[in-house]
Amino acid sequence: MAEMNGRRPHPIAQLTLMRLREIGREPGVLFWAFGFPVVLSLALGIAFRVRGPDPVVVGALPGVSAEIRHSLEAAKVTVRDLDAAMASRELRGGQINLLLVPPAGAGQALGYRFDPARAEARTARATVNAILQRAAGQTEPQAVIDDEVHEPGSRYIDFLIPGLIAMNLMSGSMWGVAWVIVHMRTRKLLKRLLAAPMKRRHLMYSLGLARLVVIPLELIVILVFSRIFFSVQVAGSYLALVAVAFAGSASFAAIAIAVASRAQNTETVSGLMNLIMMPMFITSGVFFASSNFPEVTQPFIRALPLTAMCDGLRAVMIDGVGLVGVLPSLAVLALWGVPAFVLGLRYFRWN
Amino acid sequence: MSVVLLVFRVGEVPGVTLYESAVNEDTVPPAVACRGLRKVYDGKHGMFRKPSPPVVAVDGLDLTIRRGECFGLLGPNGSGKTTTVEMIEGLLAPTSGEVELLGQRWNGDADKLRERVGVALQETHLPEKLTVEELLTLFRSFYARPRPLKDLLAEVELGEKAGAWVGKLSGGQRQRLAIACAMVGRPEVLFLDEPTTGLDPQSRRQIWGLVAAYRAGGGTVVLTTHYMEEAERLCDRVAIVDHGKLVRVGTPTELIATLPGDHVIELELDKNGGAGITGDELRGLRAVAEVHLSAEGTWSLAVSEPEHAVAALLALVERKGISLARLATRKASLEDVFVALTGRHLRDG
Repeated sequence: MAEMNGRRPHPIAQLTLMRLREIGREPGVLFWAFGFPVVLSLALGIAFRVRGPDPVVVGALPGVSAEIRHSLEAAKVTVRDLDAAMASRELRGGQINLLLVPPAGAGQALGYRFDPARAEARTARATVNAILQRAAGQTEPQAVIDDEVHEPGSRYIDFLIPGLIAMNLMSGSMWGVAWVIVHMRTRKLLKRLLAAPMKRRHLMYSLGLARLVVIPLELIVILVFSRIFFSVQVAGSYLALVAVAFAGSASFAAIAIAVASRAQNTETVSGLMNLIMMPMFITSGVFFASSNFPEVTQPFIRALPLTAMCDGLRAVMIDGVGLVGVLPSLAVLALWGVPAFVLGLRYFRWN
Repeated sequence: MSVVLLVFRVGEVPGVTLYESAVNEDTVPPAVACRGLRKVYDGKHGMFRKPSPPVVAVDGLDLTIRRGECFGLLGPNGSGKTTTVEMIEGLLAPTSGEVELLGQRWNGDADKLRERVGVALQETHLPEKLTVEELLTLFRSFYARPRPLKDLLAEVELGEKAGAWVGKLSGGQRQRLAIACAMVGRPEVLFLDEPTTGLDPQSRRQIWGLVAAYRAGGGTVVLTTHYMEEAERLCDRVAIVDHGKLVRVGTPTELIATLPGDHVIELELDKNGGAGITGDELRGLRAVAEVHLSAEGTWSLAVSEPEHAVAALLALVERKGISLARLATRKASLEDVFVALTGRHLRDG
């Protein structure tokens, strides 16, 4: 187009186009940017989907009365008749969670045999006991109402999707900047560009601009997908969501420049990136809440950029906060990004 | 190999004389001037290996390249040619010494200087998923006064490949594209680092043609090569480089004239040929100026009058009852100059 207007093409536009063309013409890159997060969220979403409570399965040794069986079956508990050998095997294997042992004689107690270390076994004992006691005439002195939570926003998938978005933006920025820079360096393309009157900052801008084009696409793909398949909503403002996404990506792009500033080959930069990203994948609360880690580690975990991005995205998508609510996250991201960018450029090896 | 080439010696191109007559040597700075150029790479240190000593890649080089000439750095791999040109190109900082390119230093307005030179590095991997046209457009965007895309494509004969991905081009096409990228900004000096290494003879000739056409427009060319044929064919002057030092500079004719004889007789003895032959016997023959035995067992005789030398040699062979595996005479080349100066062949590396 620039040709037809007789104007000179602009170097930033051309460098950005180079990057976008490389992304668009590389099927592998497209899959990791767009396909992989969708596949991951689908797999995890299905694994942790909301199900009814597991059915309680109990075994009964010969001699357990028919009334007990009827009461339990009426309350949807599965009762299986087993001999002693079979029963102890199934109890060990977890096929049954509780074994009913008939009273040794008239007036004796019914036995519950179970492993108290297993949560399902304790649940089964409590469930069975409540049914049998009620059937035997017990009443509950304290009136209670069960209020079950099923609405969007509080499920595991609602927690997971913002984490996945954060993780994906982090990997995208790290690989899309650090790896690309080192790849250009090892192939001497960096040197060749420098031998032309190219402004060094133009190359840096173009890597950032290419990310700016790709980020909204990555966001849209996963938001639309999780909306359709899992009804995941964005409770807060889209402006805040985009602000956190861009700030996070920019921060990680800056970290990527620092990581790539001296690395001489792609193996080194891959290792460095894994060294940086792996601890954050685990501690920053992508897949489960980072509060599971010991109290002393919390200040450190809070200070990590991926934690800030996860927290910011969750605050917007789940808690429904606006731009003001994500300011703390944006501040943490800036505190990482700005020094990383300055140091990265300062020590950058162009040759 | 047939060496009946389409390429003519560049001195015969009319445009060059025109340009040179217009240049006043006193007021116009040379294309390149280097003084005491030196590059030392630090030795490698590491926890798990022995530290290696520093490597002196370029060791005190003085060099002046005139405007409008084609200047060749001839030397084996690892002799410091690439390090030298990359320091001149401003891509590597010299450890010590000075570089002036078109009268400018790299610590001045580097971008302005870059506008005036074109660089084709040794083995650049240009982005494979870009088309030829897209890549040239990218390079055009860097220059204030780029050449039109059509002209560039036509000049390097890639018009039909404009829409093809760089990754799909042949070695020769890629090298022509690399040269097109170097010529985008109408450079006054064109640097070509090993422009034809690894190419087939036809691709090599195409590149020689490109260089000649560029020279016809008055441009200066600095090229490195380890092909003596390329240096003889393209270069007005050649610098022979070895171990980071400049061994000798001159026109190919001048350099060859420094040899004791302008012809070379090569002979190999049949391994089962009985009696051997000694260097002194060969040196005693008529018209033989110098004798050299290669590691492979080939004798090279520098001779001034080949017809007499051959006759004397055959008489000696006859007298001693030696059988020959090979006997050849040829004109002396830059390769012989290199062997005479360094005792090694260009391809020995």
